Amino acid sequence: MKNFTPVIALALFLQCVSVSADSLRINNATIMTMGSMGTLREADVFIENGEITAIGADLPGAADQVIDADGAIITPAMFAGATTTGLVEVSAVSESVDSSVSETPLGKLHVEFDVRRAYSPHSSLLGITRSEGFGYSLLAATGGQFSIAGVGSLVDFDGGFDSFSGSDTVFIDVDGYSSRKVGGSRAAHWMLLEGAMADLQRRASEQEYLTQAGRNILKRLKADGIFVFSANRAADIKQVLKFVGDHNIKAVIVGAREAWMLAEELADSDIPVMVNGLDNLPADFDSLGARLDNAALLSEAGVTVMFTSDETHNARKIRQGAGTAVAYGMDYDLALQAMTTTAAEVFEGRSRVLAEGNSADLVVWSGDPLEVTSYAIQVIIEGEPISMVSRQTKLLERYLPEDAGMGRAYINR
Amino acid sequence: MTHPNRVEVFTGTLLATSLATSLCLADTPFPSTYQPPSHTPTLITNATILTGTGQKLEAANLYFVDGKIVAVGQDQPNLSEETRIIDANGGWVTPGIIDVHSHLGVYPSPGVDAHSDGNEATAPVTAEVWAEHSVWPQDPGFGRALAGGITTMQILPGSANLFGSRGVTLKNVASITYQGMKFPDAPYGLKMACGENPKRVYGRKGSGPSTRMGNIAGYRAAWIKATDYRDEHANYAALSDVEKKEVSKPKRDLELETLAGVLDGEIIIHMHCYRADEMMTILDLAKEFNYRVGTFHHGVEAYKISAELAENGVCGALWADWWGFKMEAYDGIQENIALVDRPEGSCSVVHSDSDEGIQRLNQEAAKAMSRGNKAGMDIPPERAIKWITSNAAKSLGINDQTGSLTVGYMADVVIWSGNPFSVYTKANQVFIDGVERYNRNDPTKQPVSDFELGQLLEVSQ
Repeated sequence: MKNFTPVIALALFLQCVSVSADSLRINNATIMTMGSMGTLREADVFIENGEITAIGADLPGAADQVIDADGAIITPAMFAGATTTGLVEVSAVSESVDSSVSETPLGKLHVEFDVRRAYSPHSSLLGITRSEGFGYSLLAATGGQFSIAGVGSLVDFDGGFDSFSGSDTVFIDVDGYSSRKVGGSRAAHWMLLEGAMADLQRRASEQEYLTQAGRNILKRLKADGIFVFSANRAADIKQVLKFVGDHNIKAVIVGAREAWMLAEELADSDIPVMVNGLDNLPADFDSLGARLDNAALLSEAGVTVMFTSDETHNARKIRQGAGTAVAYGMDYDLALQAMTTTAAEVFEGRSRVLAEGNSADLVVWSGDPLEVTSYAIQVIIEGEPISMVSRQTKLLERYLPEDAGMGRAYINR
Repeated sequence: MTHPNRVEVFTGTLLATSLATSLCLADTPFPSTYQPPSHTPTLITNATILTGTGQKLEAANLYFVDGKIVAVGQDQPNLSEETRIIDANGGWVTPGIIDVHSHLGVYPSPGVDAHSDGNEATAPVTAEVWAEHSVWPQDPGFGRALAGGITTMQILPGSANLFGSRGVTLKNVASITYQGMKFPDAPYGLKMACGENPKRVYGRKGSGPSTRMGNIAGYRAAWIKATDYRDEHANYAALSDVEKKEVSKPKRDLELETLAGVLDGEIIIHMHCYRADEMMTILDLAKEFNYRVGTFHHGVEAYKISAELAENGVCGALWADWWGFKMEAYDGIQENIALVDRPEGSCSVVHSDSDEGIQRLNQEAAKAMSRGNKAGMDIPPERAIKWITSNAAKSLGINDQTGSLTVGYMADVVIWSGNPFSVYTKANQVFIDGVERYNRNDPTKQPVSDFELGQLLEVSQ
């Protein structure tokens, strides 16, 4: 992250003097802290050794590097939703995809399948998504055999090989679509999951549903982990509520298209949801109640709402879903929280609020961060202005000149 | 509207039906039965109008009567007595939005297997099938798209095949039949597909093509047959009645009839193609067989050949930000639409290929406009709106009837709650041929498909 390159867009909006990166200050910004300080106008932020050391108006002190934000909005780096970033390069190239396991050798649930073992920070997706204003994601296991897809956790987009944080998180399918994986009925999901929980009480030799490794991991997950259930139908969400209560586990529901029908119960049970703000079609018989004000109704009832986009390559599209949720009644500040700090809290990572003592992961925006015409001018990860260059910006620079000279292959190598 | 017997077919008298059968069906099977109902003459005042022809008019009026635009501009037109006046309060007005690439009806919601009618994936060349015969008019997606300002769309088959099927252009009006939606006299499209999809589908089946060179050979073989078929039928038609008695009438072949329609310039090619090199190969193929490629769809690498597309008069129907879901989509960039738009004579189109995207094609255009401007291209809203209106109409061969707010054109109009290039803006009122088909503030003007009737959401509201 040392080779900070001032790109064209940056030069247009910001004045940036780069020396070394021990300290950095950003002047004259509209800082949406997402914390107790609220939104500060014409404010500065001071960063030392990757940490925010001060936020406020007219901060004193010189820094090695200064960015004049010229009034631009700053938010914490955004949450990209549940993605498989770092687990995929091209979706239709199977050898570049590691997010799911379908043909496991044993006919058991595999809680021990941990996608973090397949993570690579060098995937082009990471640089592309990060330069669009995103600092972290929930690294998800997808699909898989039977009901349990596997384990993941939060992953920070700082380029490290093992930049995982927060609690271990297990991904579980209980919807109608995935019932084909368990013999044809979604009731079989609960049969298997109850069996797996019962295995925790059985001796190793008597386990029916889990391997020994899986049993150890499920035990830990039950105590300290988070269970992410994929469900849309209200009746399925009701079953999740029952399971969570019976087993006293921490849970999140992803999809949740009909969750608005159970908003009060979800709020009372303190179960957060992760929704796609663009879902409004009866895409299947689990989603007859999908509606664009789902996020608004849930957050109004006090449910903790996060967003996801069902996309990994185009994870950046998640902002459009959040903006749409606002257009259909969600409180703007709650939507922006959902896009920045909420997931870090829910999945028990470090605080992403812009506050003294917190890691400096933030974005300078060209405009309203939930607006489709806005974009990230500069992303700062752990105090470092990252390179905003990606495969995609390099392709643009290669094809933007109308004169190809010796040929495009010689431009911007 | 030139169909001589449409009124009679619509009213369904016995005589008229038999007339229609004898006069029309051979030439125009499955004819449109769409007839816009009458409407009150309508004046929209105090609007910021994007005309679709590249102009932005402030504090302007739009007047339409009998389904046609009568006046647009700052001047106050002469109104008929019973005119409905809508004060847009400075709100934005655009032509109805047109999506050139939709699978509504052929891959409808709910997306169950029984509804999977978009790919006749049984042979690489199936030019004999017509997408309209798969359209389920009760797809709830049509109503959702209407709420996003979509007034016209082309329904295409999927891309499993080298030649997929005829596409059909529909008006976004609720109807029990697709014929009731069919855009009168719009040219048919023919969907063709390049690259990974056909070779994957037929490579797995072992029948081929299994390579890109196999794809090209497949197209060429089909065009050779089609050329012979076209010539055979043309030669027969040129004979005198006496001569015709001496030779046998050439047999009709549905597949070759469609391909011959392309060679005759009556059917427009809509070519699914991602890679720049493949698109250039397809342009050479079109030269070899003397037909025209109307539009490249998806064209994730179209920005690499934007000058060539403009020179050849080919539209590029593109996404704002999709990439990476397969190898041929790996080089996708968000400036694609703006770069394709840049050369003189270009035809950049934003398409959806998605039941979600079609609901907010204005936002897709907004994203593309913003990225173009970020890259230093100066694209104002009045230009970007063309990507989803007049350029889209050109792609479908209906730009002499709709796609812009031009006097005499169909009154396909959207009144927006604000600047349409924003995530917060909604289509408030949608007019098709002058008829208010959607009103956000009036539940009686919000169509509900039969499928949704009595279902959970409908009951709960």
